[in-house]
Amino acid sequence: MSIPFYVAPEQLVRDKAEFARKGIARGRSIVAVDYAEGVLILAENPSTALHKISEVYDRIAFAGVGRYNEFETLRKAGIRQADLMGYLYSREDVTAMGLATAFAQTLGVIFIRDPKPYEVEILLAEISEDGNEHRLFRVTYDGTLFDERKYVAIGGKADQLTEALGNIWSEKMTIQQAYDAGVEAFRLAEGRESEGWEVAVLDGGNGRRAFRRLDPGELASE
Amino acid sequence: MKEKPIGPLPLDAPVPGSSFTDLLTSMGAAPDMTIPPGAHPVSAPEGTTVLALRHQGGVIMAGDRRATEGHLVAHRRIRKVFPADGYSAVAIAGVAGLAMDMVKLFQVELEHYEKIEGIRLSLEGKASFLARLVRGQLPMAFQGLVVVPIFAGYDDREGRGRVYTFDVVGGRYEETDFGSTGSGSRLAKSYLRTAYEDDMTPEAAMALAVNALVAASSEDTGTGAPDLMRGILPNIVRIEADGVSEVPDEEIYPLAADAVENVR
Repeated sequence: MSIPFYVAPEQLVRDKAEFARKGIARGRSIVAVDYAEGVLILAENPSTALHKISEVYDRIAFAGVGRYNEFETLRKAGIRQADLMGYLYSREDVTAMGLATAFAQTLGVIFIRDPKPYEVEILLAEISEDGNEHRLFRVTYDGTLFDERKYVAIGGKADQLTEALGNIWSEKMTIQQAYDAGVEAFRLAEGRESEGWEVAVLDGGNGRRAFRRLDPGELASE
Repeated sequence: MKEKPIGPLPLDAPVPGSSFTDLLTSMGAAPDMTIPPGAHPVSAPEGTTVLALRHQGGVIMAGDRRATEGHLVAHRRIRKVFPADGYSAVAIAGVAGLAMDMVKLFQVELEHYEKIEGIRLSLEGKASFLARLVRGQLPMAFQGLVVVPIFAGYDDREGRGRVYTFDVVGGRYEETDFGSTGSGSRLAKSYLRTAYEDDMTPEAAMALAVNALVAASSEDTGTGAPDLMRGILPNIVRIEADGVSEVPDEEIYPLAADAVENVR
């Protein structure tokens, strides 16, 4: 058996991070925007069959950027975890905080242990029972967990999108205003026309299952 | 050798990957249906009469509220009719504890499939899965702990409501007009057989459902009659093209009052 070459841990982590970042930067970004009754999630997605945004539980939604098969694996694992918790205990015991921590731990272990890290970034959104309090979480490829407010962006253009949303976002927007804000942020960040939108909301007015997909055609302004 | 799962998330899927019940089984968390050899039968509360009937726009499902244990009334306000998902409903008769567990698992299964696959199961697929759950109870049934549901839903591919009944070994039968299960089901069915008409309105079907339950309660001690004084009314669920809805008590009260009047 040959002895593997020694690689310094700093070097190893740096290489893996750079690899993951490059992979994520190739994909298109996603934003989540807080509005009066819920959270709107907007993804640039030319495909109408392959979704990047999905329902996880009654009041929790998931979105992922990067490699489709990898965030799809995580999405399904998240749904399994949520449904298991809700079945074994109670529906109200399933929280975005708990799921986000599980995503973070799982991604963290994969980043360190596997030869190839996941090239993904994950977003979790949750609205409270009355729809007034919203939580947004972002988990990066190495398992770092961020707790965000008002708006959040993931993907290659995340920084530019966050900056743009900082100038546009205002409190108590309607769904339409939130959608317009997201579209405007993309226009500013990408500097080009979108190739298609995927839109979904968690809305307090939707009953127990707050998640709804929206038709971008109906929301399109002007 | 199987690799240890990574982190706290269940990344490994059971096969098929979209079934919640199989996920539970793969994690060793599924309810245990086996009975130790030589075990004595136990007595547990049992739910009684539920029924479903088709009408012009879909299906009405209704059930009384009583659970009995031997000759005693165990519960007066038990619920036996449940929405299964957005377009179907399930009603139960038999051992109440096991039946409610079955409904809970069935509801989670349908929603889990829908979320994982991004599309709802077909109505036929849902009925077939419920049959599998009933079949899984067979060891319990040998000890007298029987659960027999009925299932109904709106089939959007065919554009009509459909009703399925089951037997104790998991046999699944589609009914053309109506189905019923539970101790008072024979009485309810004979009432339905004489009064049922094709293409009824949903309102007429609801009135008929309540009448059939009251008819069953007048001869079967297991079936609870509406108690207008205490406000114990049958549960009714409507399933139509736009989905499942539970009928509020205010709408059921006049139907129950009429039915109690008619039976005298």
